Amino acid sequence: MATAAATQTRAGATTATTKKRKSPWGQIFVNGVLLLLVLVWIIPTVGLLVSSFRTRFDIQTSGWWTIFPHRDYVTVGEPFAVPDNAGDRNGVMSIAPPNDTGSVAKGTFEQFRDGVTTSDGKYRLVWIGNRRTGQIAIQQQQWISNTNFTLENYQQVLGTTTYEIKQPDGTVTTEQGTNFVNAFINSVIVTVPATVIPILIAAFAAYGFAWMRFPLRRWFFIVVIALLVVPLQTALVPILTDYVKLSLNGTFLGIWLAHTGFGLPLATYLLYSYISTLPRDILESAFIDGASHFTIFTQLILPLSVPALASFAIFQFLWTWNDYLVALIFIGAKPDVQVLTMRLADMVGTRGNDWHLLTAGAFVSMLLPLVVFFSLQRYFVRGLMAGSVKG
Amino acid sequence: MDNQFPEPVATTKAQPAPIAAPVPGGSSAQGPLGWLGTNVGRILISIAIPLLAFYVLYQGFLFLRDTNAPKAVVAVIAIIWGVGGVALLYWVANWVVERMGGEVVSRVQPFVFVGPAIAILAWYLAIPALRTFQLSLMGPTGDTFVGLKNYADVFADRTMFTAFFNNILWIVFGASFCLILGLLVAVLADRSRYETAAKALIFMPMAISMVGASIIFRLIYAVNPNIGLLNAIYTGLTGAEPVAWTASAQLSPWNNLFLIAVMIWLQTGYCMVLFSAAIKGIPTDMLEAARVDGANEFQVFFRIMIPAIMGTIIAVGTTVIIFTLKIFDVVWVMTGGQFNTQVIATQYYREYFTAQNSGTGSAIAIVLLICVIPVMIYNLRGFSEREAF
Repeated sequence: MATAAATQTRAGATTATTKKRKSPWGQIFVNGVLLLLVLVWIIPTVGLLVSSFRTRFDIQTSGWWTIFPHRDYVTVGEPFAVPDNAGDRNGVMSIAPPNDTGSVAKGTFEQFRDGVTTSDGKYRLVWIGNRRTGQIAIQQQQWISNTNFTLENYQQVLGTTTYEIKQPDGTVTTEQGTNFVNAFINSVIVTVPATVIPILIAAFAAYGFAWMRFPLRRWFFIVVIALLVVPLQTALVPILTDYVKLSLNGTFLGIWLAHTGFGLPLATYLLYSYISTLPRDILESAFIDGASHFTIFTQLILPLSVPALASFAIFQFLWTWNDYLVALIFIGAKPDVQVLTMRLADMVGTRGNDWHLLTAGAFVSMLLPLVVFFSLQRYFVRGLMAGSVKG
Repeated sequence: MDNQFPEPVATTKAQPAPIAAPVPGGSSAQGPLGWLGTNVGRILISIAIPLLAFYVLYQGFLFLRDTNAPKAVVAVIAIIWGVGGVALLYWVANWVVERMGGEVVSRVQPFVFVGPAIAILAWYLAIPALRTFQLSLMGPTGDTFVGLKNYADVFADRTMFTAFFNNILWIVFGASFCLILGLLVAVLADRSRYETAAKALIFMPMAISMVGASIIFRLIYAVNPNIGLLNAIYTGLTGAEPVAWTASAQLSPWNNLFLIAVMIWLQTGYCMVLFSAAIKGIPTDMLEAARVDGANEFQVFFRIMIPAIMGTIIAVGTTVIIFTLKIFDVVWVMTGGQFNTQVIATQYYREYFTAQNSGTGSAIAIVLLICVIPVMIYNLRGFSEREAF
């Protein structure tokens, strides 16, 4: 027994260091699989980010992955006229570039139009124009990367004014900006109170449940727990009916309260499990000193609960910022109160192929949550650990 | 603040210091107002202050509703009004109660604390569920009683049948892939030197909205192989024509898998973080003992790790299944529920807001509710076993 305990402690002390460097092959395998998964996981976001900085024309004509160096055919020199000795233009022709007549490409007009590689693989010849008067362009394989980046997409997505866009063929078109700044501000107006209000209400309630005695206390708390998993869908329409009657529909107050209601069970539950574990003697001695519940709550409990409050705050912030359904139903009617997610979803419907705008818009909507997420990840994870499900 | 009180649970008897400071709040209420003397004056004040508070808040509401001020100004005022307003209401309510003094305070004060939460929960979740149930027994406009007809319609409808079937696909493929991949990453990361970075990157999609994720994946699934990565790879490898991965009824029901991939991408991080914490909680000597006895890594994983974290797997699985059951945004933004990709939540939206049939819409919502009732009961059981409330 004694030896077992001894080896256990030794094992406990050393595994933390030995575990990370086992056999080199094991490490390579572990890191290899991990790298593969991580790559699969970040490629979608990288694609979006890269695309959002590419010009509209580039997005439509070449994949975002062509920003990485790759070998591709690039036109070199001036196109030349189809030589007379090429052969019948309705049959198979053999054409060679004028400066290197040794390498010959054979094909029909249709094949040449898609490009034919010469027999020695040095050039690709592409027919430009029609069958009778067309010319031949010479292409050669080179290492290239399409690194032609622009901020224009962001200017257009954020702004309200019209923009003149020069098309690659020289024509100029004007386009209306999508005014994401407005939607961004709306998202902030919706999100900040919709995060703070439920925390405040839930903290009061959690304190009440944990440290005050009142009739039906247990039953009320059971209701809170039962409501944790109630799907939003059961609540939306009755509340919408009430909102229409109270003309709260499309107001900030309406959507704050809705998010408050839907976030409250989880908030109360999480904060209760935290506040109820605070040491009893602190509260008792404060009572003896004559402090009221309100004073104890604001001066003592709130400061002590900052970690739990922060965990839930991040939770609720991400949830309200990223929410689409609640906003769709309670704001839907008023376009100038629209939040980012709605504006984005609208854009998918109306301008689904304007990838230069969609990618930039999506990235604008992801910016703030990503910053919050990476800077406060620790609290967020702790909130997840307190683990629960939300309706 | 967090540095000062990292884990308040740990601040036990050793720290009675902060208690000496609190200001005696309520008992001083009569001090500055003592000149009023009479009870009438006190009652008037007790009424006037709340009225004034309500008036100020109502003016704020009207201002925000009708204003044409610049957006940034509105934002600042709205945030101050919203957050400050709630704090003010609590303060005023408590102030009024504490002025009453004596027995009343200890009887009424708990309801100042808990009351608003209960009222909001009742208005926003509890009562609406009952009202939705009532509507589900009514006709399309909610004024004639039709009994269980809506439920019969819901279950007889072919598109609804597809929606149920799709939701099952979502649960079978979506939830299980999230759990398996989450577990895989958690176990691998635990043995890797790059644990923190790998976990952060897999976890990152948790911060992205489902609408944003839908756009990210629309870009990947785009039909034009110059835009869509998946079609670029597919046409490059096979030479075949590009495929509309989500927007094609020919692929049905497998086009759902491409929507499910979005959810897997979003939620695997969640599973991974919880599994990772659970794995770190397994006593190392248990794992070492097994290895000393000659178990290989796979045996350690399946015979020891999995049973040890079974509780977490069940809890996380339940959460993911509930999440999956209610999936809406991804389907709505990517396909609008067309091409046989509809799920329960999109059918709900369609019935309610497009077809304007509150009866069947409510019935679908109640079906969703019934699906989560087992979880609700499980939670309640867990609660009554754990807490000596």
